[in-house]
Order: sequence, then C-alpha cells, then structure tokens
Amino acid sequence: MAEVTLRVFRGDRDGGKAVDYQVPLTEGMVVLDAIHSIQAHQAPDLAVRWNCKAAKCGSCSAEVNGRPSLMCKTRMDALPHDQPITVYPMKSFPVIKDLATDVSWNYRVNKKIPPFQPRPGVEWKMDQRDVDRVQEFRKCIECFLCQDVCHVLRDHDKKQQFGGPRFFVRSAGLEMHPLDGASRTRMLKEELGIGFCNITKCCTEVCPEEIHITDNAIIPLKERVVDEFYDPVAMIVRKIFGAK
Amino acid sequence: MADSSAVKELTRFGSTQRRDAWWIEIIPALVIFSAFIIYATWRAFEGKFYEVGPYLSPFYSPLIDPEHHWWRFSPAILILGGPAGFRVTCYYYRKAYYRAFVMHPPSCAVSEGEHRGYRGEASFPLILQNVHRYFFFIVAVFLCFLWYDAVVAFKFPEGFGIGVGSVIMLVNVLFLTTYSASCHSLRHLVGGKVDCFSCVTLGAPRHSAWRFVTILNEHHMLWAWLSLFSVALTDLYIRLVASGVLKDIRLL
Repeated sequence: MAEVTLRVFRGDRDGGKAVDYQVPLTEGMVVLDAIHSIQAHQAPDLAVRWNCKAAKCGSCSAEVNGRPSLMCKTRMDALPHDQPITVYPMKSFPVIKDLATDVSWNYRVNKKIPPFQPRPGVEWKMDQRDVDRVQEFRKCIECFLCQDVCHVLRDHDKKQQFGGPRFFVRSAGLEMHPLDGASRTRMLKEELGIGFCNITKCCTEVCPEEIHITDNAIIPLKERVVDEFYDPVAMIVRKIFGAK
Repeated sequence: MADSSAVKELTRFGSTQRRDAWWIEIIPALVIFSAFIIYATWRAFEGKFYEVGPYLSPFYSPLIDPEHHWWRFSPAILILGGPAGFRVTCYYYRKAYYRAFVMHPPSCAVSEGEHRGYRGEASFPLILQNVHRYFFFIVAVFLCFLWYDAVVAFKFPEGFGIGVGSVIMLVNVLFLTTYSASCHSLRHLVGGKVDCFSCVTLGAPRHSAWRFVTILNEHHMLWAWLSLFSVALTDLYIRLVASGVLKDIRLL
C-alpha cells in the first residue's frame, strides 16, 4: 500500500515543532482520515478538533500545505505526494494543543452584534424574493477559515478593532433581513471596523460553503456605511424623505 | 502578527507554507495595469492623432477645446480624471492592485509582514475610496458621449457606412457600458439598499433592476478586464489610422 508523509504541528501556545508521520493511503482518503490514522496508530495524544466529517460542522479547520481548509473536505489524492503534506493549526488564533486552536475571540465578537429585532408592528410574513438574499448567509458553518485567512487578523492582528469576515456575514444576514428593524451600520463602522477590510477576497476564496462573502456581504455593508456616514447626498435625501 | 505559536516564522514578507506558485496570480495584473497606465498617460499627454474621419478616441471623448482657445495642453487631460477615478476606486480593481502593487496581501495566506500602522480603508487616504458611487455618476455621463461617438462612427461623408473602426468603437462602448452597469455601487443604489422589496414603493422594478445588475456584477472582473483592453485597443487603432500607419478598412 502506498504511503504518504504528513508533517504535523505538535505543540502548544508556548511553542512546538513539526513531526513527520508515514500514513498508508487508502482510496477516498481525506486529510482528516490521515490525522485519525496517526491518532489511532502512532500518536494517540495528537489533538484535533472534529465532529461531522461531512464539511458541515466547521470544526476541523487547519492549514493544509499552507492553505486554510477543512481537513474533512481536503482529499489526499488532490495533494502532491512528492513532499510531506504539512498540516498546521490556523495561524490567526492561539494554539491550545497541536491542531486545536482557541477560537473563543470569535464568540466575543459575535456578542457585539445586536440580534434580530423585528420592526414594530411587523406582519410575520416574508416574500420569497426578500429572503433569497439572506439565505446565503445562513449557510455559514462557523469554521472561521475566513477569519484565519483575512490579512487584517492574520498579519496585523487587529482583533481589538476588527470583527472579520464571519461577522460581516452575520451582520449582513441581519441587516438585510426583511423583518428586521435595527440598524447596525454604526456598529459595523466603529466596533467591527469594516473600513479595515480592503476587499482582497481571500475570505471568499477559502469559504467551504462558497458564500460570496465579499461581493454579497462586505461590499453591500460598506455601501450602507457610505450611505450613513460618507455620502452627503444620501444624508440630505434621508433628512428630507426620512427613507432608506 | 497573530498569536499562534505554530507559525511564528511566517511573519516575514512573502513567507508562506503554500506550495503553489501564488505569485503567478499577481503578475498579469502587475504587467497589464502598468502597461495600461504608461500607455494611457502617454496618450493623454500626446494631444494628437485622436481623431480621424468619423472616429474619436475614447481617451479624448468628450472632446473639449481641441482648438486650444483656453486650454493649451492636451484635451484628454481635462477629462481622464472621470474614468480613471472610476477604475481606481472600483471594488474589483482595488482587490487587484492591493494585491499586485501594494501587496496587502500579496496573495491569500502569504504574509505581507507586520505593519503596526495598518488602517486599510478606515482612514485617509484610502477612506476616499468611498467616493466610488460619485465616479459612477460621472462615468454614466461619459458613456452618453461614448455612445454618441459610436453612432457617429457609422456616419461617413457619403452617408452610412461600416469601417473596422466603427465596429471597434461599438464593441468598446458595449464593454464599457457592461462594466459600468455591473458596478457594486450601482447594485446597491438600484436595490441593494432595500431590505424588503415587497414592502417599499416600486419594490418589484427595483428588485428586477437589482437582479439584473447582480447578474452582471457576478462577472465584474471579466467586464473590468475586457473594457480595459477594449478602450486601449480602440485608442491604439484610431491613433494608428490617424497617424497614417494603418488604413481603415471599409466593410460597407
């Protein structure tokens, strides 16, 4: 049986090193299978977070050959075998142990977003064309790969000033909801720092749910921030007509 | 940098664990944008060979004070700010040049190094990118002139006719119109800002308009590239004909 070498990060937040493991290849194998094989036969203390193995729980996020990916969705036969396959934890978050990272910062950001608030006296009925747009945002599985690849978090570590693509997606789902009455534009500008995003679309490239994060969530939200804070004509129109 | 202890070594500019040739993505943008900027700047300052027969170069349209009554420099300098501003602030081009020229980041999961002062588009000067919708309005006016020029390109001294230049000008204005109509700001203005199409006045036509712009917007990058090529090639063709290097071929 053919074997492949996996170079897996072993360590914790104080440091660590890459360790090579030989893994027998089987048909249809994904990277998570290979990691499980290592756990089962060579390193039972290897820490990895996983759950569904079907690309729906968003738990097994890691960096495979340097690309933020779900391990359960990355097939071994799609990777070159001439060199060891590197499997590292997500760079943007602190390592707990081996491939498991501490993503709790994301949950703290999530709490900043005002939840769904129905407009006063709203009729609880929605037209399909109004919900089509927000349904895309509901596909998010919170794998945080978009947060991992975003250079504002990854390279600049702006966790105090910037919310990241995942929370622009959540905000877009609420902002564009046909029955919602709350405005989140000031929060997007001041607390989630949407201006830090320079729309380089890496979040869209890595999204396993293929959500058009930049085009359908971030840019429309940026445009709403422009309406509210930077467009003098929109401000005057709003003043006169009081409408969106 | 982020505080993962696993990859502390990946903080230098350009460092990555990616195995693919990530830099290949940015080379076309770097080369073509640079070539376009150099060519367009040279043509804008050249001030001649912009008009021949019924053809007018898009770099010089609308043509203002060609006789130099009050403006002694090239007439293109008066107008190029409009289309240039539209492209510079365009959401697609921003992605392309932030990656290719500014390297923020050079590619996904490739380190750009640590810059403590990074502010993205949250402060001056890049906060000015928010003016993009105003450039859209300016470009919409330019498109009216370019459509007029495209129609005039079929009017020869002896009447209606079709030359290679007529076809090139028509194709160019079609690409420019499609690129402008696929603009993210337009998508927002025609309906993207509406949360509930079924609740607002003119909701159905606004939804249709938003859907139409959305379909075009899905290929915004393609339209951006095609229109960039078409505008440069249209100008080049007219310049070559006007300077006598080429003879315009009449198809009809």
